Amino acid sequence: MPDYRIYEHPILDFRRGRRVRFYYRDKVIEAYEGESILAALYAVGYRVFNRSPKLGLPRGAYCMIGKCSSCLSIVDGVPNTRICIEPVREGIHVEPQEGLADIRRARKQEVVETVKVETDLLVVGGGPAGLKAALVAAEHGADVVLVNDHFVLGGQLVKQTHKFFGSRDYFGGTRGFRIAEILSKKVKEYSNVHVYTNGFAYGYFKGGVVGVAVHGEHPLNLLVKAKTIIAAPGAAEKGLDFEGNYLPGVMGAGGAQTLMNQYGVRPGDKAVVIGSGNVGLIIAYQLLQAGVKVEALAEILPRIGGWFVHAAKIRRLGVKILTRHSIVRAIGSDRVEKAVLQAYDERFRPIPGTEKEFDVDLVLISIGLQPDTKFFAQAGAVMKWVPEAGGLVPIRTWGQETSVENLFVAGDASGIEEATTAFIEGEIAALSALLKLGLGGKEVEERRGKLIDFLWNEYRMAPVVRRAREGKLKVTVSEEEMEKIRMGEFP
Amino acid sequence: MSYKEKGYITPEELEKLGLLPPRERLEKGPVVIAECPEEIPCNICVHVCPFKAIKMDKIYEIPRIDWNKCIGCGVCVPQCPGQALFVVDLSKPGQALITLPYEFLPRPEKGMRVKLLNRQGKPVGEGVIVKAWQHDRTWAVTVSVPKDKWLEVRAIWIPEK
Repeated sequence: MPDYRIYEHPILDFRRGRRVRFYYRDKVIEAYEGESILAALYAVGYRVFNRSPKLGLPRGAYCMIGKCSSCLSIVDGVPNTRICIEPVREGIHVEPQEGLADIRRARKQEVVETVKVETDLLVVGGGPAGLKAALVAAEHGADVVLVNDHFVLGGQLVKQTHKFFGSRDYFGGTRGFRIAEILSKKVKEYSNVHVYTNGFAYGYFKGGVVGVAVHGEHPLNLLVKAKTIIAAPGAAEKGLDFEGNYLPGVMGAGGAQTLMNQYGVRPGDKAVVIGSGNVGLIIAYQLLQAGVKVEALAEILPRIGGWFVHAAKIRRLGVKILTRHSIVRAIGSDRVEKAVLQAYDERFRPIPGTEKEFDVDLVLISIGLQPDTKFFAQAGAVMKWVPEAGGLVPIRTWGQETSVENLFVAGDASGIEEATTAFIEGEIAALSALLKLGLGGKEVEERRGKLIDFLWNEYRMAPVVRRAREGKLKVTVSEEEMEKIRMGEFP
Repeated sequence: MSYKEKGYITPEELEKLGLLPPRERLEKGPVVIAECPEEIPCNICVHVCPFKAIKMDKIYEIPRIDWNKCIGCGVCVPQCPGQALFVVDLSKPGQALITLPYEFLPRPEKGMRVKLLNRQGKPVGEGVIVKAWQHDRTWAVTVSVPKDKWLEVRAIWIPEK
């Protein structure tokens, strides 16, 4: 069996856990505790995890964080399991799902125990915004329930190996995965924070009750009655329309980042990256660190989208950045073998005769993220389409409260930005919740005021992030305006 | 085409932005050059400089270096999240010393011969590592390079053994 695990890395030490064996089809797979099922299968060479229901086209890994449904498989008889966020366990039986699952063949479902809990604050999502919110609320004595769909806390911080920019007050200078370690450890130190990992918030009900499906060895139907809720479910990577885009090897750039930096699994040998935002630029650099060749990075616009310093880092190592270029075709039978890039004119029409073919096994898409706002939509929050924010986002007050009273939004789900603003929004939301709960006095109010001022009038004034600021301004309203929205007046 | 189209900055652009120290200062001894031309929200360098030689009023301003206060110690080089800081020393005859960030394998060691790369990743000669130290897994590597290449060399590549 091939071995794609990384053993030596300039930044990361992969201290792998206990050996675990599980079954895939009829084969025994050797894995390590702490790996997701998908990462363990990828490490030994599997690339196709499902088939499209109608045409039977191969489905590979795409997002790696439980958002895209490309890897749905049958685990111990349970169909539609996202094996990218399901940890390996000794002796489990994993089967690929050929298209849609047959529910008649599903394992007879045992009755799952329902547990009811009450809390001051429910935090949905344990990334930068959610962790910060939980910590701030806990420091002030609130009882907090934190649910996270992944089995590891930290959201996308866990795969960020670069040193963070920004203010020292918000971990500037510290590598992302270290921040995840620091915050997760801190959260566990508070006895008033109750953490449920592998827990998916499936619905918002009357009276502020949220249903949470806790998966894993001891499945649970958790019903949380919360006085306040901060939802920070993050974002998903956008897909791109081109011929052959379904082929395994076409992957979200963040998906490749999860494989190499969280699990230490090399996503491939040679890559092209599509999109020159910070995500694409940073991941191109990290691919080089993981021993993957980057043949080119394409950007359809005439200018590089992300920060110059990130572009300079890969440029000086010889990575070509092709502006006014994009992908037109991925070629291969059951996986990517070639990618064809082409030049585009100023009206975004492909220029004939400019095709360039690259022998690659990875096409990494980093053309942007879209906020994951299903939870808010289902709860009935008033939303607005804001292109600068990445799509549909809930309207909120300066204190991060949505039109659903006592439901707050923070992080990328409120509009795409980055981790520093996610920390700050999480903190603002927590301070707002504390005021509602009667757990914060003048000090909390002052702290919140200062933070809102710093966020809007200093941090977001940087020219490179001002577009995001403008987007968020379109969906941020005063308490009075929000009252009107709640009464049915649309702004 | 500006640096935002090309992905690398030219000496002319650096000069125009006032980011290059005067020649006399470079010849006196090591000094830092911040190739950080874009207003991004980050002020790590301001906090890590032991000599308070870097100035920034608002978090997103371009770092301004007081070349009289800076002694070119290089403490900032491996701590800059953008890897945009380089120490240049033109005080020695024949060779220039450049301290630059490095985050790859193999590990750099004193005495190693390395490939010198310019801002576009093109090899422009060979250099020798004279010093290497680490901060949180980022190396600050000092290489001696042909003196006329001080404004060109911005990366190294160590061939696998």
